[in-house]
Amino acid sequence: MNNIGAFVLPIAIGIIVLFGILKRVPVFDVFLQGAREGILSTYRIAPSIVGLVVAVSMLNASGAFQLLGNAISPVADFLGFPTQVLPLMLLRPVSGSGSLAVLNDILTSNGADSFAGRVAAVMMGSTETTFYAIAVYYGAIGIKKIRHTVAAALCADFAGAVMAVLTVRLFFS
Amino acid sequence: MVVSVVISFFMGTTGAVSDAIISGGKASIDLLITMLSMMCLWNGIMKIAEFGGITSILSRIFAPVLNKLFPNYKHDIETSSAICSNVTANLLGLGNAATPLGIEAMKRMQKANPQKDTANNSMIMFVVLNTASIQLVPTTIAILRDKAGAVSPMDIVPCVWISSLFALLVGITITRLLEKGG
Repeated sequence: MNNIGAFVLPIAIGIIVLFGILKRVPVFDVFLQGAREGILSTYRIAPSIVGLVVAVSMLNASGAFQLLGNAISPVADFLGFPTQVLPLMLLRPVSGSGSLAVLNDILTSNGADSFAGRVAAVMMGSTETTFYAIAVYYGAIGIKKIRHTVAAALCADFAGAVMAVLTVRLFFS
Repeated sequence: MVVSVVISFFMGTTGAVSDAIISGGKASIDLLITMLSMMCLWNGIMKIAEFGGITSILSRIFAPVLNKLFPNYKHDIETSSAICSNVTANLLGLGNAATPLGIEAMKRMQKANPQKDTANNSMIMFVVLNTASIQLVPTTIAILRDKAGAVSPMDIVPCVWISSLFALLVGITITRLLEKGG
């Protein structure tokens, strides 16, 4: 089961490029065009990444996450959550680049192949920046009464987080 | 940042915080450089997918499912195709492309919405789909894991699929239940 993941990226790229060639797309030109957009969007998020990574490493060094983690750990233990992942779970729905910085921190301090590292990565991959999406989509068309949106979206996030712990436990231990 | 400084005084970790400011700055640039290369590569590949027509094939596959979720727009081809392209872009991890497409879909739905300041059921379903979307290839996460020394950075992909599919199903179910309640 572990190896399936290793094939995903090469196969996906292979199929996409092959398809492009068959359809007579000028593959390299189009690739360059997309790559340029990639540089631009990295450039656009660079200032916030620098700010947030510094802020997160300061918070971490100050012991704030340990305090927070200690406070919630009884509940977390009960549910089988690794304590190190809690800051990510709290930040994920609020800030995309913020949670990216936290994920990076969890991965480097616990190891990418540790239980906590894997759970954090799966959690990051299976949920979205819920509040950002809600704000952008409703904001764009001027909707103010959003009824049950937040409740449903947060339930989905929580379900994703629980499944992240369960699946990592199932596949990797 | 202020919080960290205050806490560090109480916890006696001010020295560590000061180190973190310097090392954090360096870490952020490391992170950006790794991200830059992969963002370039992946955006380029996805452009090929778009031009080669893979994106539109995928949206044709999802049409029947989406028609079930958005019954009001089944016959409104413009709206349902906007919804389709947004879902496909999310699936392929094209975050930058997904948002403008999603806003387009929301605008189309708003046109037929009788109460302009209140979200209708389809809009809520659409936003929930977007907050719990499945990503086939979680590139950014794999980059970070690779940088942190993972043996096989993509080995978490099956877990990501299962977890996000589950989150999505829970989201859809709860949205449907709450629709009926209020």
